[in-house]
Amino acid sequence: MPLTPVLTKRFGTNQPWKIANYEGLDGYAALRKALTMQPNEVISVVKDATVRGRGGAGFPAGMKWQFIPQGDGKPHYVVVNADESEPGTCRDVPLMMNDPHSVLEGVIIACYAVRAEHAFIYIRGEAVHAIRRMTRAVREAYERGYLGKDVLGRGVAVDVTVHGGAGAYICGEETALLDSLEGKRGQPRLKPPFPATNGLYDSPTVVNNVGSLASVPYIVLGGADWFRAMGPEGSPGPNVYQLSGRIGQPGQYEAPMGTTLRELLDLAGGMSRGKELKFWTPGGASTPLFTRQHLDVPLDFDSVVKAGSINGTSAIMVFDEDDSVVHAVWKWTKFYEHESCGKCTPCREGTYWAAQILERILTGRGRPEDIDTLLDLGDNILGRAFCALGDGAVSPIASSIEYFRDEYEALVREPVGATA
Amino acid sequence: MTNFRTAVMQLERPGDPSVFGEDVRSAAAELVARYPAGQQRSALLPMLHLVQSEQGHVSPDGIAFCADFLGLTKAQVVAVVTFYTMFKRRPTGEYLVSVCTNTLCALMGGDEIYRSLSKTLGVGTDETTPDGMITLEHAECLAACDYAPVVTVNYEFFDNQSVESAEQLVAALRRGERPLPTRGAPLCSFKEIERQIAGFVDERPESLDAEATGTPTEIGVRLAIERGEGAPSYAVSRDGEPADPPEGKR
Repeated sequence: MPLTPVLTKRFGTNQPWKIANYEGLDGYAALRKALTMQPNEVISVVKDATVRGRGGAGFPAGMKWQFIPQGDGKPHYVVVNADESEPGTCRDVPLMMNDPHSVLEGVIIACYAVRAEHAFIYIRGEAVHAIRRMTRAVREAYERGYLGKDVLGRGVAVDVTVHGGAGAYICGEETALLDSLEGKRGQPRLKPPFPATNGLYDSPTVVNNVGSLASVPYIVLGGADWFRAMGPEGSPGPNVYQLSGRIGQPGQYEAPMGTTLRELLDLAGGMSRGKELKFWTPGGASTPLFTRQHLDVPLDFDSVVKAGSINGTSAIMVFDEDDSVVHAVWKWTKFYEHESCGKCTPCREGTYWAAQILERILTGRGRPEDIDTLLDLGDNILGRAFCALGDGAVSPIASSIEYFRDEYEALVREPVGATA
Repeated sequence: MTNFRTAVMQLERPGDPSVFGEDVRSAAAELVARYPAGQQRSALLPMLHLVQSEQGHVSPDGIAFCADFLGLTKAQVVAVVTFYTMFKRRPTGEYLVSVCTNTLCALMGGDEIYRSLSKTLGVGTDETTPDGMITLEHAECLAACDYAPVVTVNYEFFDNQSVESAEQLVAALRRGERPLPTRGAPLCSFKEIERQIAGFVDERPESLDAEATGTPTEIGVRLAIERGEGAPSYAVSRDGEPADPPEGKR
């Protein structure tokens, strides 16, 4: 597979975050083009491109746009999910820090398409430099007439508010994000109703990830067929694979959906310590682990599911044979325990107890039955919580036992007790 | 370990909203104006960052102020404060040093960095040195995994850290120096950065020009250029003018 930088193509150019530089590299050409089209035409192009949600769920962005009821007399909103915090994921923050206008241009086009006059960019609070860059970009866009009561003199009104969060992983879940944006604790809402009809302030709302929206200007310029020329039929487009861990050169590798880890490792200089690959995540901590046997799985939304995991955010964390999988899973489980919002009992209690069992195993106090207890615990969380956080917490536990049960058994049999 | 979310908030006194002056009230009004009419509660998170920027933590005064200003009960405000990690219940130091100890960073050295700093500073997570300079915390994934292990100071990135470099960083901070972040704007105080997160972003020229990139960020695009690879091209037309030739990447 060739590299296909699209979202990342301005990285390393001269201060691409400044509006004049952005304009010099095709910036806001897509907005000008979109404003010559009917809003429904814009929705159709994005829908035909089949841009599946880059935030991890993989739901087609164009479908979300189409679900917004039109002529309903209610205000519509576009909300940008920029609460990037899935472990391993590091695409949206560098994108906003380096090329904020590409995100903003996608937001304005989305507002025009779904007939929203106000968009909110909910950025993770810790991502202070991204907040700084997006805020500045919004101001520059107002000054140049890309935002305001009469965008580019076309009679379209779009306002954008940048909103900083306050440190809560769960706010990446779209309905928790909406509650948080309304000034509440960020806890997921019962669905249905979905945000498309009852979202922010109980009004029709599109919630899209940064990467999905940043893809929109290129789709408007290049067309749906251009986008679909990259990657497989059901899950097309260029995709930013974020590689980290025990590899030669970690970083952002943008290639067509469906690229394999073997191909990506070739680009990234292979493993870093001369050790064998042991386990890796295809799309963040919440996606079931893969191993060496999955090196040739095409990494797109459909193929990864067939191979037993989830494409998620394409956050690929690579670990080698010197890394303890039980230790890694314990750390992730502590994360889910800390970040569980507390709304649902299976997730709140389950992550708490799973962390303790893992800690017991790692400190040499494990019992042979602990492994099955962990699996049983997982069965009682999976599918039994409001949102995907609980399911995500089960992923590393269940998949690590599936592929590395012997490592758990060895710890229970011959306690080492060094790591925790 | 203290559970941040369920630990009872110490409301040892009712709180006095009047400790915040007219300037804070007008900043709060500016925040409220960013949301649709009647939706002033949306300004609560930014306002909590604002009161934190005045006092270094969310105090009973800050809670009373937000409740008063937005027409909420103090219980409603406390419920929100206790949910979010970034709202601090105790005075925070001049610099908040956050060490990522989520799995990837931890295994790449983050756990060692945290242990070392904790020992040197003599404080645990969410605790502040007696001189009020440094608050240490272990952080969850900071979205910089390609620069692991990562430390932030007042949320600005110090990438690819080691025990030695992190110790040097903290020692410099304690001497009153402000080392430049790897990616992000030059450091300011915790209170000043909280005002930025509230929504009042700094206008220092050095912040506008601050780099936000590095080898991991650019590696894919660099390799693509080297190898002569790229996405299929398309023509770009501007406002009815003839289409430009496909643009070069740099």
